[in-house]
Order: sequence, then C-alpha cells, then structure tokens
Amino acid sequence: MQERELRDLIADVKTGRMSRRSFVQQMIAVGLTAPMAGMMLAQSGVAMAQTAIPYKPTKAGGGGLLKILYWQAVTLLNPHFAVGTKDQDGARVFYEPLAGWDQEGNLVPVLAAEIPSKENNGLTEDGLSVVWKLKKGVKWHDGMPFTADDVVFNWEYARNPETAAVSIASYKDAKVDKIDDFTVRVTFSKPTPFWADAFVGTYGMIIPKHLFADYIGGKSRDAPANLKPVGTGPYVFVDFKPGDIVRGKLNPNYHMPNRPYFDTIEIKGGGDAVSAARAVLQTGEYDYAWNMQVEDEILTKLEGAGKGKVSIVETGNIEFIMLNSTDPAAEVDGERASVKTKHPLFSDPAVRQAINLLIDRASIEKFIYGRTASATANFLNAPAKVRSTNTKFEFNIEKANAILEAAGWKKGGDGIRAKDGKPLRFVYQTSINAPRQKTQAIIKQACQKAGIDVELKSVVASVFFSSDAANPDTYTHFYCDAQMYNTTMTQPDPGFFMNQYLSWRAANKENKWQGRNVSRWQNKEYDEIYKQAEQELDAVKRAAMFIKLNDLVVTDNYIQPLLRRPKVSAVAGNLTVPLSGWDNDLWQIANWYRET
Amino acid sequence: MAGSTHASPIADVVVPLEGRPRHISPGYEVWRKFRRHRMAVASIGVLTLLTAAVLFGPLIWRIPINEIDFTARLAHPSWDHPFGTDDLGQDLLARMLYGGRISLAVGFAAMAVAIIVGVLIGAISGISRGSVDAALMWITDLFLALPQLPLLLLVIYLFRDFLKNWVGPEGGVFILIVLVIGAFRWMPVARLVRAQFLSLREKEFVEAARALGATTPRLVIRHILPNSLGPVIVAGTIDVAAAIIAESTLSFLGLGFPPDIPTWGRLLFDAKDYLDIAPHWALFAGAAIFLTVLTINFIGDGLRDALDPRRVM
Repeated sequence: MQERELRDLIADVKTGRMSRRSFVQQMIAVGLTAPMAGMMLAQSGVAMAQTAIPYKPTKAGGGGLLKILYWQAVTLLNPHFAVGTKDQDGARVFYEPLAGWDQEGNLVPVLAAEIPSKENNGLTEDGLSVVWKLKKGVKWHDGMPFTADDVVFNWEYARNPETAAVSIASYKDAKVDKIDDFTVRVTFSKPTPFWADAFVGTYGMIIPKHLFADYIGGKSRDAPANLKPVGTGPYVFVDFKPGDIVRGKLNPNYHMPNRPYFDTIEIKGGGDAVSAARAVLQTGEYDYAWNMQVEDEILTKLEGAGKGKVSIVETGNIEFIMLNSTDPAAEVDGERASVKTKHPLFSDPAVRQAINLLIDRASIEKFIYGRTASATANFLNAPAKVRSTNTKFEFNIEKANAILEAAGWKKGGDGIRAKDGKPLRFVYQTSINAPRQKTQAIIKQACQKAGIDVELKSVVASVFFSSDAANPDTYTHFYCDAQMYNTTMTQPDPGFFMNQYLSWRAANKENKWQGRNVSRWQNKEYDEIYKQAEQELDAVKRAAMFIKLNDLVVTDNYIQPLLRRPKVSAVAGNLTVPLSGWDNDLWQIANWYRET
Repeated sequence: MAGSTHASPIADVVVPLEGRPRHISPGYEVWRKFRRHRMAVASIGVLTLLTAAVLFGPLIWRIPINEIDFTARLAHPSWDHPFGTDDLGQDLLARMLYGGRISLAVGFAAMAVAIIVGVLIGAISGISRGSVDAALMWITDLFLALPQLPLLLLVIYLFRDFLKNWVGPEGGVFILIVLVIGAFRWMPVARLVRAQFLSLREKEFVEAARALGATTPRLVIRHILPNSLGPVIVAGTIDVAAAIIAESTLSFLGLGFPPDIPTWGRLLFDAKDYLDIAPHWALFAGAAIFLTVLTINFIGDGLRDALDPRRVM
C-alpha cells in the first residue's frame, strides 16, 4: 500500500464514503495499530470521535462485589514496574493515566480535561511539544489534590535510569514542564509524530508525588506505596497479597459522577486458562476472566451453560513462526546463533518458501483457534479496499515438494530430503500451551509429507518467556532452528513494534539477549527505511513506510505469520465491560456495571 | 511344612512315607504360595496382556500415530477407531499402543536402575562395618534430602543436548529419564537391603558358612543376598508404578519426551481439558495407567507373601 492509496482512503473517511471503523480495520489489516490510524486521521483533519461508553446506573455503588479472575496472579501494584499485563491491570484499578486508547484508536480522556489538538492549541505544527490540560477537582484517595506537580513528578521518576522503571522508554526522550497547576507541556528533543505515549494508556498511569518523592532512583523498590497504592481511580485499596489477591472498595470521592457501580472489587490470581474460563462461563463463580488461551471448542461448550459469554476484541497481536537466520549449532565467540553464522538450511530461500507453503493456516484457524484467531499469511500486499483478499494464503504440499526438488533437495532412503549431505531436519520450539502443541503437530505432519523431518520441542512458558541470561531455552536466546510465539504490540505506536527487525538490535551475548531482534534477521534496506520513518513527521508518509517495512520482513520468509490473535476474555452474562485491544483490560473499570 | 510345630520330636518318625519323598524346590514353594493370592495371579495375566498388546499391537494395528484427519475429530469409539480419536483426528488406539511401549519401558528400566544401585550400596554398606558403612549411609541420607525438581532441571539442561546428539531426541530423553528417576529412587532399596544384611549376617547359617571358610563375596552372593531379596522385589514393583507416574509429571513440565510422542501421561495431559466433551480420550489412557500400577502393586503384594519364609500357608 502506497502513500497515495492511504491518502485516498483518508479522503474517503473525510467525505464520509468510508466509516472510521472500516478505515481502522484496514490499517490493522496491513499491520498498523488502531491508535496509529487514529493519529493519521487526526493529523489529516478528521477529528477524534467522542467515544460513547455505555453506562446506565444513576448512582454510585449498590453493585455488590465484582469478582475478577487472572490465571496469572498480580505480583506488584506500581504501574512503572509492571512488566506483564496482569500487573498493569492490577495497578489500573487504583491508578489512572491522562487518557486511554479505545478500540477505534480514539484517545479517551481520564485525568485530562480534554485531548490535545491543534484546535485547542494542545499541539504545534513542528511536532515538538504537546500541552495537556488536567481535570480539576480530582483527589487522591488520601484526600490530597491531584495537580500538575504529580504529572511532572511521574516523568522525573520514570526517566531516572536508577528507578529502573519499565516505562522508561515513554519518558526518557521528553521534557515535561508545569505551566500552571492544571497544565503541563511535554517537549520532545526531535519532531515526534506519535505524541500520545507519555502519560497515556498502559505506561501512562500517574502515581502521587507526595508518597513517592522520597523513593526516586535507587530506593524506588523500597516505597511502601508499591504494595499499598494510593491513586485517583474508582476503587480504594483494601488489601493485597502478591501472587494471590487484590482487594479494593468503592471510592466515594471519585471524579466521575455516579461511578463506580460496584461496592467492592476483588482480583483473584492463579490456576490455568481453562479453569478460569470454567469459573466464569460454566459455574458463574467469577464475573470476568482475562486472556482466554483456550481452544474455541472448549469455550463454545462452556458458553453453552449460559452463565457468560466470550468477548473478542481485535488487537495487533500476531502468532508467528520465526526461522533462525543464524546457525544455532555452531558456537562463535562463546555464543551460539551468532550473527556471524548462516543457517545451514534456511539460508536457501527455496526451503523457506517451501515451509511457508506447508503451514495449513486455514485448518489451524478452523480446528484449533476458531473464533479466537484469524489466519493471516501476509499482513501486507493488501489490495487497497477489500479486506477479504488480504487473508489469502496457500497450503500446497505438491508445490512445496516441487520447489524443494527444483532447488536440489533430493529424497533419500529414509524419505528425508538432503542436499550436499545436509538432511532437511530441524528443531521447532514453542512454549507449553495446548493450542501451540497442536499447531506444531499439524505443521510437522505436512513437513513430513514434503520430506522434511521436524523435531518438536516445548518449553514451560515461565522459562521460555523469561529474560534469564543464563538459560539457553528462552525465546531470545533462540538456540533452535525455528520457534513460534505471539508477538504483542505493547505500545500503540508501531515504531516500537517494528524495531524488532533492526540489524543492530540483534539479541546476542553482549546485550544479555535483551536485543529485540530475536530472529537475527539482517537487512540494510530495512534499517535505512526505519531510520527515515523515525524522523518522518507526516503520519501518512510514516504509515506507508511502516507498511513497506512489514513487506520486507514477510516476503523474505524468515518470519512467517500464522494468525492474528485478538484479545479474548470471558465475561459474565449480565456484566457490561467496555474493552479495548489497545489498552489494558481494566482501562474502563470505572464504567463496568451489571444489568439487573 | 516350613513353620508347623510338631507335638513331639518323635512324631516325625511315625509318619509313614508313601513311596519316595516329594521334593519341593524353593522356586515351586514360592509359586505355590503366590498362587494362593488370586488377585496377584489375575494381575500377572492382565499385565502380560498389556505388555503383549504394546509389543505386538503396532504390528497389527497399522494406523500411523500422527495421521491427522480433521474429518474425524474427537470421534467416539467405533470400528474405524476402537478407542476414538483426539481433537486432531489422530487414532487413539495407535497412540496408546505406541505410548505404552515408552511408559512401560521407562517404568521397568527405571526400576532396574533403582534396584541395582540400591542393592549394591545396601549390600556394601551392610556387610562392611565402620567408616564405609557410615559414609554410604551419609550419601543415602544426602540423596534423600536433595530437592528433586531443581536438580532434575539442572541435569536435563546439562546433558540433554549431549545425549540428543549421541542417541537422538527420543533415545536421549529415555536414558535421561530412566537414570534420573532411578537415581532418585534407590535410597529406600539401599536401606532395606542394609537392614536385612545387618540381621542376616549374624544368623547361624552365615556363621556356619564362614566357619567352613567361605570368603566374604561368597557369603554375600550365595548366602545373604538371596535371603534378603524379598523386600527388594516388593520395593521394585512399587518403583515401576512410581516411574510411570514420574514420567507423566516430567512430560507435564515439558521436560520429558518431545510433545508429539504420545506417552500415557502425555495423552492424559492433553485430554484433561476435554473431559466433558470427549471423555473417551482421557478414559483409555487413564485406565491403562491405572491398570498397570494396580496390577504391579498386586503382584508385589503376592510376591511379598510368597517370599516371606516366616509366613505359613
């Protein structure tokens, strides 16, 4: 998709020929995010829509107890240290950002009085600063007023490397000044097209200055408020047992009228995805369960009990297979899979192409994930206006056989193809999760029919996704030929998402395998375009560049997308839960209510 | 008869001998006593059947274990698929037969390792006095005190790749699991054997043998060891069951065989979420583990009764 086509589409939205929603969906289809689509529209003069969040109760309270189940328990309650979504969600009950992202890529104000725009002088032409106006009359749970000082403090707190905040990336390149008690200005060191990062969404939650001021830097982990949050949110902290349960009760001074609906809230942790689904859908013990990584067949069956429903929200998450571009067997300078080596099998493009043809995406979607994923081969090359042709992919064993045959891989006596004495045999790893093991089995069988021998390996998720530099089984070490996992868009801007294929970001011994480029894929053209995109201020031009980047990655066949994975949750039948794929599950916890 | 008490010593003389005296070998004696334990005899039958099925079954039932057929997903038992299919349409009978080979082999091999190591250490420690005995028992206590799971993780990380290159992924994991399970289960056997040795070596028949000039190795191998094997065999049968269950645990943690190898533990793990949709999937694998463990325990029971010389039947 070229820049011109993007401009045509935006023009269609402007004139009303195309709905905002379908534009956003098309942008997601080409690998961008809804927030970025929203930014493109805003810059082109299409105002952000006023999101109508449904809410019926006419007074606060009276809703009783809200029981939420997280099968990975919350371990801490400081949003600046929250690595996983579970911890972010736990913090979101008590803390709030200035604004959040809704499903269509609109910014929804929370602690901000309004969303900055050129009209209200919040944004400047040069893209160097943003002015946020804060809501007045907001009080912390302990009665202190919420002011611009708190916002400025959060920037100082998070950007300090010694604080070791996970949100540091959102704050380190900015400068935040207080203009008056209820206005702050964020100034960037270079033109920043995606300005809504600091103080927004997942990493934007604001903590109180008066409780954390003494704990900035090295002492950050000692703050008592890390475990006893005092925020501005709809619920006041009651009790927290790390790894087990979080409890809160209604905040009588909440800054939005008639909210929240529930008198008390409880987030229980532990168990596994299937038992969590059961607790909401079948037995009705709980009202909401997060992250349903469960076969659709089981979910459908559980829904049959009539106690609840499965809620599916589109996100930018993609389940994909990554082929190693380096040799995991050879050890160079004390590390395996060094970028100085080349993979003995996958360096042949024919092999990569054949494997792409051997992935039966349609069956994986239909028989394993069902409603909870949609097959995708190529989130690119999207013909401009029709989405359905976009999800075209091929599963063709004969063609794969022909490609391998033509490239000189001949079948041996054991039915395994080989070339120059190298048999087509590789190890394919993923985390332990029933749908993933089934996907492995399906791909292995197809490969077998094409004369490729695949050895399957599965690693416990807590090891596979850990950042342990000493453990060779983590996905970032990638001491394996191929691996599969789900890459999540942790930030609404695809800039962060796309830096995972930059040459200089390759994971290696030197950076303790923290480099984001796990596949070690190297491409000069990609690096160049990425550098340009970083500086590009025009949102539409920038989007076109990102699409080009996506294109480069996927057509090289080292990265093979399988499925787009939406956010799947289990919700009790009478509960109204506004969800967004671009923000935390609990981003609108103040607006949850029960139909009576 | 072995333990019967006669009214008076001369009673033997008046018993009339009919023809030549019936010679009863110790082996026959054991079998005769074992036979009385009906459940144990039935268990031998069932276990033989199970073993024969997994050994020869795949030669007759020729559907490949990984043949995916989406048209027959979660099919209930039928003539095409006597045990039904799983959610990828793979034939469960074929998978059960293949997996049974591994599960049973792991069980018996791990038992062999545990018994060999246990008997060796127990025997050395029981016959030698003083510092050797103390040192060996310290080692036994040390092993009993080791945290199993962390050590297991370590061993698997250290040696998995090496063994995989040497004997292939399945063989490597097999050796590793058998050794690891064996290495963690020999301690009770060693203690049992040592206790037996301590009491047996003071018995009159041992003293008699020593007086006749028997060397220590001969004393151990010919006289003491055979008399102390009863409890060892019983402990061994329990180990088989424990090893099968331990293998399932390892598969559960992803440390066992590759995920596409359908051991019984693995089948059960995969099936657990489908209990209310396709109960047959879990039932057959569960029944197989249950039957194996139960029959082996019954056989152990029967053997304990049969091998106990003090027991009169």
